[in-house]
Amino acid sequence: MSTAPIAATPPEQLQSVVFDATLEGRIRELLSRYPTTRAALLPVLWLCQERYGWISPGVVRAVAERLGESPATVDGVVTFYTMFYTSPPARYVLQVCETLSCAVCGGAELLHHLEKRLGVKAGEKTADGLFQIVGVQCLGACGSAPVVQVNDDYYENLTLERLDALLDELAGRS
Amino acid sequence: MEPVLLRARGVPDSRAVDTYLSAGGYQGLRKALLLGPDAVTKEVLDSDLRGRGGAGFPTGRKWTFVPKDHPGPRYLICNADESEPGTFKDREIIEHDPHMVLEGIAIASYAIRANTAYIYIRGEFVRWARILEQAIAEARARGFLGPDVLGSGYGLDIWVHRGAGAYICGEETALIESIEGKRGFPRLKPPFPAVVGVFGKPTVVNNVETLACVPHIIERGAAWFASIGRPKNTGPKLFCVSGHVRRPGVVELPLGVTFREIIEEHCGGIRDGHTLKAFFPGGSSAPVMTAAEVDVRADFDACAEAGTMLGSGGVIVLDDSVDMVGAAANLAHFYAHESCGQCTPCREGSDWCMDILDRILDGRGRAEDPETLLRICRFASQGMTICPLGDAFALPISSIVKKFHEELESAIRRAAPRPQSKLPVLPWNGPRPGFGA
Repeated sequence: MSTAPIAATPPEQLQSVVFDATLEGRIRELLSRYPTTRAALLPVLWLCQERYGWISPGVVRAVAERLGESPATVDGVVTFYTMFYTSPPARYVLQVCETLSCAVCGGAELLHHLEKRLGVKAGEKTADGLFQIVGVQCLGACGSAPVVQVNDDYYENLTLERLDALLDELAGRS
Repeated sequence: MEPVLLRARGVPDSRAVDTYLSAGGYQGLRKALLLGPDAVTKEVLDSDLRGRGGAGFPTGRKWTFVPKDHPGPRYLICNADESEPGTFKDREIIEHDPHMVLEGIAIASYAIRANTAYIYIRGEFVRWARILEQAIAEARARGFLGPDVLGSGYGLDIWVHRGAGAYICGEETALIESIEGKRGFPRLKPPFPAVVGVFGKPTVVNNVETLACVPHIIERGAAWFASIGRPKNTGPKLFCVSGHVRRPGVVELPLGVTFREIIEEHCGGIRDGHTLKAFFPGGSSAPVMTAAEVDVRADFDACAEAGTMLGSGGVIVLDDSVDMVGAAANLAHFYAHESCGQCTPCREGSDWCMDILDRILDGRGRAEDPETLLRICRFASQGMTICPLGDAFALPISSIVKKFHEELESAIRRAAPRPQSKLPVLPWNGPRPGFGA
């Protein structure tokens, strides 16, 4: 398995956003799945996060305009859900599950180990922008605890050694 | 028992449509199209299938609530949000047998005369959303989905709709709001979704595992399904066992086995050198059970009689190393994080429980804390909130306060912070990624 890095578009390039033909074509396809325009909001936000790496205020305005909603409405949705990044994420976001089954099977040790190895606290990015640690709630993989999700991929039954090897691999590729 | 829902686990290339067909796949759908919608519903009613998402409501009855004379569109939603802590069964079905889910969706949609179905899958399950999308494309290419399903004239489209990180969206009305592009705020019921659901139209929301049972019921008959398990608690059930057992994972067993059988015979028992202390029988929102209650039967009615819930079948097993006050604090953090914030008893109550439990763990407990916790829990449950998230935090926390009272009392008496190594609870991590970075 090789986890693809996130390539976040710098904020200055996302102040005013215009969707290109590819993105616009995919938005039109998404709209055809629902009887209302608003229902395409989550899928369109996912599309934008895939393209730009995060949801900047400029992206919020562009999505709002495209779907005929106010920026406040779109922002309200973006900030309700935990998975939309509202500032540029690191290339690899290490999401450590904190909930009970993982917590009693070594999840806390994984988190503390990451904090020590990377020299940053949960919620923070490393200075080189390579890694970011996040404590997250139940990932739905409790039978293979402890679990860390890196970007889109699950890494299960982790030990400190396997976590170190994973970090080495990800760092080596960048 | 022979595996039903997990029959594809271990089969090479099990996700491919041809593998599914060679195991007899899509025969249920063929039969359903010949039977007609009402006969399909009757078969599911007769099977006594109860919803596997947590509530255990009879599935066939849910379908009959859709008004027959409704002129406009109606919708079926497959709930793949799988967000209840301790639950990881839907992922297992999708991983090995996505077409079983699609066939169940097709039959259920046909029964309620819906031409559009959505699969709402939690945002983190990127891999499994892709698996479903690929299976949908295959099924469409073979005529099991699309404008004219198997030449019957019945049309069905299935779309995968990804969530974006919110426990609450597993609740069916919050899920509906989320599909409509809104914040996942649960709706007041009534009206129930079967009458006023997504886009204001009649909607049935069924769990992945529930729908995966449907093709088997149609193909083999209601009597076959009802012969598994116990009366009114019929069929195979997936139990997700996590925590301190030797072999955690998903096991398929008839409803009505005891938790002792699940833990000891099917999951290898408690890890070496330790004994069972407590377990959550049906996800973390169910009242906790002690080791003395391990002979309770794992079915909807037996769990209710024992004062707990079968819920989603997520069995979280805790051994004697676990500090139950820490476990309560861990769950309080979860619910405080996941409360949508609409209702005061839930939003404030989960937060207060978290603060009190953290304070106790920090060696600053007060004699009145147990009573305060119980009072907060009482105020947040039994109809005081729009959705059951109030109950969901109140039940596990109040049950720990009651069943592990002495442990709580001694934690309150201790005047020093608990050693970090003893805590199965992690610090509150504050802002999510992106915030203020």
